[in-house]
Amino acid sequence: MNSLKQTVLMTGDEAVAYAVKQSDVDFISAYPITPQTIIVERLSEYVASGQVDAAFVPVESEHSALSACVGASLCGARVFTSTSSQGLALMHEIMYVASGLRCPIVMAVANRALSAPINIHGDHSDIMGSRDSGWVQIFCESPQEAYHYTIQAFRLAEHSEVLLPVAVNLDGFTVSHSSEPVETLSDEEVKNYLPHLPRPRLDYGSPHTFGVLALPTHYFEFKLEQAKALENAGAVVGEVVKTYPEPSGALRKFTVDGESGRVVVVGMGGAMGTVRHLVLNMGLEFFTLISVRMFSPFPGRELVEYLSDAEAIIVMDRAMSPGMASPPLASNIKSVLYDEGVRTPVVSVVYGLGGREPTTSMVRGLLNKVRSRVEAGSVKSHVLYLGAGGELR
Amino acid sequence: MQHRMLLPVVFEAGNSVEQRMSSWRSMKPVIERRQCTNCLICWIYCPEPAIYRDADGLVQIDYDHCKGCGICAEECPRRAIRMVVEHEQP
Amino acid sequence: MTQVTKLEQLYGREGISPGHLACQGCGALVAVRQILLAAEPPFIVVSPTSCLEVVTSQYPYTAWRVPWVHVAFENAAAVASGVEAALRVLERKGRGRRQKVLVIAGDGGTYDIGLQALSGALERGHSLLYVCYDNEAYMNTGIQRSAATPLNAITTTTPRGKPEPKKDIIAIVAAHNIPYAATASPHLWKDLANKVRKAMSIEGPKFLHVLAPCPRGWRYDPKHTIKIARLAVETRVFPIYEVENGKYRLNYVTARPRPVEEYLATQERFAHLLKPENRHLLEEFKKMVEERWQRLLELATSSVKT
Repeated sequence: MNSLKQTVLMTGDEAVAYAVKQSDVDFISAYPITPQTIIVERLSEYVASGQVDAAFVPVESEHSALSACVGASLCGARVFTSTSSQGLALMHEIMYVASGLRCPIVMAVANRALSAPINIHGDHSDIMGSRDSGWVQIFCESPQEAYHYTIQAFRLAEHSEVLLPVAVNLDGFTVSHSSEPVETLSDEEVKNYLPHLPRPRLDYGSPHTFGVLALPTHYFEFKLEQAKALENAGAVVGEVVKTYPEPSGALRKFTVDGESGRVVVVGMGGAMGTVRHLVLNMGLEFFTLISVRMFSPFPGRELVEYLSDAEAIIVMDRAMSPGMASPPLASNIKSVLYDEGVRTPVVSVVYGLGGREPTTSMVRGLLNKVRSRVEAGSVKSHVLYLGAGGELR
Repeated sequence: MQHRMLLPVVFEAGNSVEQRMSSWRSMKPVIERRQCTNCLICWIYCPEPAIYRDADGLVQIDYDHCKGCGICAEECPRRAIRMVVEHEQP
Repeated sequence: MTQVTKLEQLYGREGISPGHLACQGCGALVAVRQILLAAEPPFIVVSPTSCLEVVTSQYPYTAWRVPWVHVAFENAAAVASGVEAALRVLERKGRGRRQKVLVIAGDGGTYDIGLQALSGALERGHSLLYVCYDNEAYMNTGIQRSAATPLNAITTTTPRGKPEPKKDIIAIVAAHNIPYAATASPHLWKDLANKVRKAMSIEGPKFLHVLAPCPRGWRYDPKHTIKIARLAVETRVFPIYEVENGKYRLNYVTARPRPVEEYLATQERFAHLLKPENRHLLEEFKKMVEERWQRLLELATSSVKT
């Protein structure tokens, strides 16, 4: 416990592991999968070297990883795990259980495409499969954010009005494996920020029964309580970040850049860095960028304030919902707009599937195309697939 | 510790004892006191448990929770338990 | 560890309250009661989805008088691994205390869907006692076959009798080189109790395979549960033995075993084997029992020699 505040060159994975190291975690159980492996390897090394006083259980599958985490969490331990893609899909059953049993587990997801066909590169489809699982979902744009948000995730998860698991998402490879100088807090600062709070647990001294069977007479109310807790997570963010030692790293539900734009671009994850660069530095003041960090609970009402005056909204989704009316983020945005009676055209853009990165020129092309339609008064709601088939469709 | 949120937890250990199972049975065990040696064999083989030893050391049937399976009568080494039709006066 | 010699000794601290919803004459509950009476506290119990879980934990009631957790069907051993490791570290860090970990799982959640998690937990050497109460089918969902269903037994998914023999779970767990594995039957309460105590006094992974006759699934009058368990052992259909550090030891040997037919005759699920036209199936069953017994004898004898 002697690390000072320092700046360390780290990848997103390394930053997550570093944050967990400082967070006095008690229990880590994970299974390796690209591109999360570095997190697990780093933590394994930290535990072996004594830098982290925790149990490290190298389980035989991701399903067992999250299961072991639930068991440990119900004993009162501070628990962390991490996965991607197929691993997350395998854990899927237990994601609902972890949330239903109100376990404040923190999980870093290095977002990666789902098979089939198999693809190890980044997109958000893995976590989008777990949208309804009752987890708090945070998206990071950078290793720096991955560091700060992992620490705050523990605080948020363990808040007495929340008691829910939190997923901290970072784009596979582009964030998980890219290096940048990350400013860290001191061990002491993190320790003080994350006290251990009591909660009901397994102990022979007070024998409780966890994981009950709820008949139709009771099940519904449990789910409502869970949903309420998820809403609470949104409500207590202010409280959670108030005492965070580094204000610049405080978790925000979303950030807004270039406020005076006529067209708003909404998206999540590392690619928003590209959009921000264009909006702020490359003369694209026509646009406002909203980069969402808290996807669940969805900050719909707060977002709408920034959307209602736009002439068009571009929603960028790094996942698809085939067969559904819209991809995930666009679905939520449209839902919120509809509730507020706002009928602004929404251009839904699916990009980056399977690691096909949206380059600056691709995004510039997209933005310019939308701008010309807006200026011509001909923009309508539709779906585009950026970079698919070699050209903008 | 209780928690004011609704959690899928039952905090009160063993509160199923509040549920009466007597309506499940059509036969009930009756212990023949003269034969019974309070050996506890019926007790160790009861699935509920609906058999206990009272303050005087006598083995008794807990009729609130006995489902009338008949294992006790079957296994009693002294044949000190007979199954009678419910509502029959012993 | 206190040896159990008299039934008296077990009387006192029940782990299960009555008022649960198990069937009349449920062999699993007899076994589980005995296990909890024998287990020396403090301990935590983990169960997968099973008859036991469903009948004991219907909100807002619980039959558990000891701490208990249910997570899902296939992961009891993984959950237990988490509990075990967490309690250790919490004690080390001064925020909790170590307690023994007991898994009580059905054959469904052990032999089939739970086998991966079990193997993982055993391989990693977690200190826990995994008890499989075996009613030889997925009883909770309505009597469908599991790998624990015996050869030729009728279930809803083997309506003409199961073509495959019962999976040898003790051989599987023993192959993980665990310190202790054993079989037990609820009619031999003393043997069962002492095996539980012995297992819980050892560090590392232990496994107990307990026969749990099921009136509903095996189709017999509920009052015969203990009698049927007794016959299973005395006909050598369910041998009682231990494997301690790889060494086999038979605990119950009769010079004159009862004929297998006596066991089969007690249950509707085997009734077809006693029909003359199914003589070949009956012989197949008897041959299997005999071969397995001989194999156990060989293992036990060679254990003594080495």
